[in-house]
Amino acid sequence: MSNLVEGATGPWEVVVGLEIHAQVTAQSKLFSGAATEFGAEPNSQVSLVDAGMPGMLPVINERAVEQSVRSGLGLNAKINNYSVFDRKNYFYADLPQGYQISQYLQPIVGEGIVSVDLEDGGSTDIGIERLHLEQDAGKLIHDQHPRKSHVDLNRSGLALMEIVSKPDIRSAAEAGAYVRKVRAILRYLGTCDGNMEQGSMRADVNISVRRPGEDLGTRAEVKNVNSIRFMQQAIHFETTRQIDILEAGGSIIQETRKFDAQTGTTRPMRDKEEANDYRYFPDPDLLPLEFSDDFVENIRLTLPELPDAKKRRYMDDLGLSDHDAAVLVSDRDIALFYEAVADGRDAKIAANWVQGELFAQLARAEREVADSPITAAQLGGLIDLISDNTISGKIAKDVLEIMFETGRDAAVIVVDKGLKQVTDTGAIEAEVDSVIAANPDKVAEFQGGKDKILGWFVGQIMQATKGKANPQLVNQLLRDKLKP
Amino acid sequence: MSELTNLTISQARDLLAKGELSSRQLTESHVEAMAQATQLNAFVSPLPDVALEMAEASDSRRAGGSAGPLEGIPLAIKDLFCTKGTLTTAGSHILNGFKPPYESTVSDNLWQAGAVMLGKTNMDEFAMGSSNETSYFGPVQNPWRGRGDNRALVPGGSSGGSAAAVAGRFAMAATATDTGGSIRQPAAFTGTVGSKPTYGRCSRWGVVAFASSLDQAGPITRDVRDNAIMLGAMASYDPKDSTSANVPLPDFEAALTGDIRGLKIGVPKEYVLDGMPGEIETLWQQGIAWLRQAGAEIIDISLPHTKYALPAYYIVAPAEASSNLARYDGVRFGLRVPGGDLREMYENTRATGFGAEVRRRVLIGTYVLSAGYYDAYYLKAQKIRRLIARDFTEAYETVDAILTPSAPSAAFPFGDKADDPIAMYLNDIFTVPANLAGLPGISVPAGLSAEGLPLGLQILAPAFDEETMFRVAGVVEQAANFTAQPEQWWKVPA
Repeated sequence: MSNLVEGATGPWEVVVGLEIHAQVTAQSKLFSGAATEFGAEPNSQVSLVDAGMPGMLPVINERAVEQSVRSGLGLNAKINNYSVFDRKNYFYADLPQGYQISQYLQPIVGEGIVSVDLEDGGSTDIGIERLHLEQDAGKLIHDQHPRKSHVDLNRSGLALMEIVSKPDIRSAAEAGAYVRKVRAILRYLGTCDGNMEQGSMRADVNISVRRPGEDLGTRAEVKNVNSIRFMQQAIHFETTRQIDILEAGGSIIQETRKFDAQTGTTRPMRDKEEANDYRYFPDPDLLPLEFSDDFVENIRLTLPELPDAKKRRYMDDLGLSDHDAAVLVSDRDIALFYEAVADGRDAKIAANWVQGELFAQLARAEREVADSPITAAQLGGLIDLISDNTISGKIAKDVLEIMFETGRDAAVIVVDKGLKQVTDTGAIEAEVDSVIAANPDKVAEFQGGKDKILGWFVGQIMQATKGKANPQLVNQLLRDKLKP
Repeated sequence: MSELTNLTISQARDLLAKGELSSRQLTESHVEAMAQATQLNAFVSPLPDVALEMAEASDSRRAGGSAGPLEGIPLAIKDLFCTKGTLTTAGSHILNGFKPPYESTVSDNLWQAGAVMLGKTNMDEFAMGSSNETSYFGPVQNPWRGRGDNRALVPGGSSGGSAAAVAGRFAMAATATDTGGSIRQPAAFTGTVGSKPTYGRCSRWGVVAFASSLDQAGPITRDVRDNAIMLGAMASYDPKDSTSANVPLPDFEAALTGDIRGLKIGVPKEYVLDGMPGEIETLWQQGIAWLRQAGAEIIDISLPHTKYALPAYYIVAPAEASSNLARYDGVRFGLRVPGGDLREMYENTRATGFGAEVRRRVLIGTYVLSAGYYDAYYLKAQKIRRLIARDFTEAYETVDAILTPSAPSAAFPFGDKADDPIAMYLNDIFTVPANLAGLPGISVPAGLSAEGLPLGLQILAPAFDEETMFRVAGVVEQAANFTAQPEQWWKVPA
């Protein structure tokens, strides 16, 4: 599949590299004991260290280190047993120390690879350049006072992992697939909740265009994009903007740009928003971060089965299709839900019910699988009722809808509503006889070779039994009795 | 009660233990002496009421049967140490009105040991200076004056207030900090004992940072024994300081055996300077003779990268300072000078709040870390730093300690070097290498200059071997028998 974009003067290739900022799931901040809960009262989760008070010193949160190593392993990346924290110096009101503690030349995680499934069914590998640990800044609030800004330092000092990709991404679609995949991996690992609305994941997007086969073009960096949709809009906008400039004989300026969600466009940041010389140097308050191979191996032992391995297993061992497997492993919550449903049941039937009927209901209700009103055990119960012929597949769909609305068990609903399938041959036989007796003309048509009329008979009987008659049994009896 | 202010800590400790003296009496005499010495400007915040209250609390603790190693001893605290609820200025206007809601680990250790706080001492702004002339609160005067010379002299810096308070007999001892010589040089200028322990021995938590990789707290006292007692109380492993060393804390006082027979003492040839006063060289030779007489073996050594120490220091220290001082932005605490927008508020606040020397070093530090200069300055300075540390490591393969002068001159008059930063920076030439290498050093008063001003000798030791440092210092002290005291000319006649 070609990702080339046709310009007025010929095809262009889009080149994208992403810096994902993922907030580390941890009880406390990167260098202080302050709490990290989202949505707390402003300035209620700020230690003396986070506020940059005189004489205060950072102490590394070992949990954050573990989580970064874990993430690095999940991204198939090289773990650096020796890394260094640097200071990135700039002035801003949301940066109490006057510098951000980050990792510059020697990050905790080096090169890795993420395999990304594409919409056309293929897949591509996106290289990871590095993952480093850094502190988040606070937040300025501008709407509390006509002329003044307020500062909320709750985010100040939160641990972030900055995951830098190589410029391997060639389209907005690939960029979206890549972010979804990285987010899925981090969620599987439990190292970042990936919640873009709450700011626990956001990205800086580097975009350039070039003629196919040529060297990399000059890039623009779009800062702080906080949804996949916005990121894709930014890529589309930048692609067009840059191609237009180049085709008009202009050149791209390397600059930092801001995405405007209202208009879906990007514009250059004002000078003041862009610090130029960060004067990085090793933070003398912190020792280099060193750990043993054992430390890494012990973390490796605790890694869960990750999406790629899970997908292979679903296909090889459970016989699922590529598509079904891909959908089911795309999110840790979905995979765990599916596995609970499939436990002790037919894997394919379970897959159909989870990503077919249940997903349709969830989509209608705009809910995630994590807050599905139907538990995995309940969905399993419904499937069991189909397998033991208590209800038909068709009735089961109606039962699922009721389950979704009421949260009640399938078995209870079936009894309450009298939906139990009629498998009593005598009762069905009586219905069959009366339909045959009442419709001699249709019987004659069937016997005259019009096989299709059988469906009409089935429909009549299902109607008469309100859908509860076992369809196989109805078919069998009709065929027997309609024989000339 | 003037004789009480002449007591050393160890003497007072014995009298207090025997019940022949109360902390209240001891503290009152120092509070009184402190009040008579305002002319010296040694304190930014004298705290007589706090002192007397703490003294009484100490006396009741002792009455209750518990007494710490510094129980009831009145001390002065350099104003770089954050003290809970008490104005802490770092000698700067930019910390205007700043009362920290926390206590530095070192001062807290002292209060845990039973000590009493007399007040917060004046210092060069953010510890940047060698003469105490950069303080926002005005210069500290050295209690010493030249024979037949009424000119006011600098006490050295940056811990000038601490050194003056101890030399002037209005604090029994004081905390200080040493980034490039800020304990040892003022100790040498005031006839007191000042030690900088190994980097990591004392916690930096709650000490206003100047240059994080060089800053180290230490005591200024009247004799070596008191110095050992003080350091024992100040030092601790502190998990809140990632650079704090988790090593056992020896009984430093027990190291004062007076026996240095067989010890090998290195004398580095690079510490002979062109234009250094002859009396400094003579004193050094005297020190060598004393140690030889005490049974030590004197060995000529070479520390070949010494001449690069000062330039490297004046890159590394300002670089770290430029970053450490970024937090003084007028947003959260201290001085704020309003402006039309955020940037203007920063500029107004920092231009008003920082003095000329601090601004100079912030500019130097910003420059040496800037893109295009980083490799040539900062990175090169770090390489030199490693070479200097290696010089010492190699020297300590053959010697147990090193003897040098503490400073290249005696105390000088105000204004003498204030307009010539390079001449001022040269004051630290003998002390800076120990900071770059993170090693312990102590200055011991060893004689008087021709003008009758104190001169010090410096003993350097390997990392975490303060015991050898103190042992050798004790021998120098005993041999020097330095009993001179400044005339108490500052005292207001009763």
